[in-house]
Amino acid sequence: MKIPYFPGCTLKTTAQNFEMSAIESAKKIGIEFIELPRWNCCGVVASLTSDDLMRHLAPVRNFLRVQEMNKQGLVENENRLLTLCSMCYNTLSLSNLRMKNDADDLQKINDFMHKEEENYDGNIEVVHFLSILEEMGFDKLAQKITKPLKDLKVASYYGCMLLRPKEVGIDDAEAPTILENFVKSLKAETVDWDAGSRCCGSYHTVNNVEIVYTLVKGIILDARKNGAEAIITSCPLCAFNLDVRQSEIKKDNPDFQTIPIFYFTQLMGIALGLNKEALGLEFNKIDAEDILKKKKLIK
Amino acid sequence: MAQIIKLKDKNTDFLEKITELSGEQITLCEQCGTCSAGCPFVSEMDINPSQIMRLVMLGQESVMDSKTMWLCASCFTCTVRCPRKLDLSKVSEALRQVKLRGAIDEIDIKEISDEEALKLPTIAVVGSFRKFTG
Repeated sequence: MKIPYFPGCTLKTTAQNFEMSAIESAKKIGIEFIELPRWNCCGVVASLTSDDLMRHLAPVRNFLRVQEMNKQGLVENENRLLTLCSMCYNTLSLSNLRMKNDADDLQKINDFMHKEEENYDGNIEVVHFLSILEEMGFDKLAQKITKPLKDLKVASYYGCMLLRPKEVGIDDAEAPTILENFVKSLKAETVDWDAGSRCCGSYHTVNNVEIVYTLVKGIILDARKNGAEAIITSCPLCAFNLDVRQSEIKKDNPDFQTIPIFYFTQLMGIALGLNKEALGLEFNKIDAEDILKKKKLIK
Repeated sequence: MAQIIKLKDKNTDFLEKITELSGEQITLCEQCGTCSAGCPFVSEMDINPSQIMRLVMLGQESVMDSKTMWLCASCFTCTVRCPRKLDLSKVSEALRQVKLRGAIDEIDIKEISDEEALKLPTIAVVGSFRKFTG
């Protein structure tokens, strides 16, 4: 299956390990990501005021690229746009929702994009990779596993953007299970914990890092208390806060017990038998190889 | 301990402006406090989210001096829990925009150290600028 893929800015920079592990893992199960030609930044955070139509322009322009890909035969009859980054998923989805619900807004945006060859027709669906896996069936994924992640206790960290607001959430906002089902399909053990959808502090990491330290400490302590040996996420900002900021907490508090942070696709890659070189584990700040070696999953 | 709140004259224009910008019917808030109870940033706030709702409802422009709207990171925790289906993330965004549209930035980009600028992911920097600069 070939599917149009929107990488977003961070997957080309600090989250290269996310992109490389996702592309390689997807290939293993017969999914080929076709990167959007001329994609542009989605704007990261969804614009939330009623009169700010201009800020929806960037997300919507990407939908035109999907229409073009179909016309050019880069994909066949595929109106879905796949994302990996939770924030891109959220921002693109919320803009798309507004375009679908408000014909006047869609018209205004199309008028503004008059130099484009065609209008956005409102028919693109933004999907997250996890939803594609769910649709394919986690039981099917389980059948393709060659290296079961036996005895590895994995806490699923959803963060905010995969689940909220409800209109775009990929699962139940209060009691999600999609990541746990994913973890089970890799034959790893799930962790029952409280902090799985608690905010990590998000962009406050730029100018108010103390708040992020407090929230990250709370999340890591909760994971630790409930026996987690690894935490998975699909958000490059959560990953930065949980991983890089956690390493800074450790630096200031040598007794602090760290937990490695993985993109869910990195563990998926291990379970599908990919070499560790294909997964960019060296980009993970808190040593990610140690626990995998202990569990005899990599050498 | 009893808290005495001195109200200024109700500024209906302010309530109307925030209602329009956010698209949320702020007067529907019944002050149950669910938003404040679940907010991950509430311990840092000078005025909690449900109090902000009440003060906006009463047309109190003084909420513009509060830290609360800047601490709200649009995590939507309150949004999914509000029994009146109000989206407080939109109310915070409206309050921020009133300030930012007056060409007053909340952060000074120059204060980010070179070391941090090199380390921070794009997503954090763009997100922060979107929320804190006009």
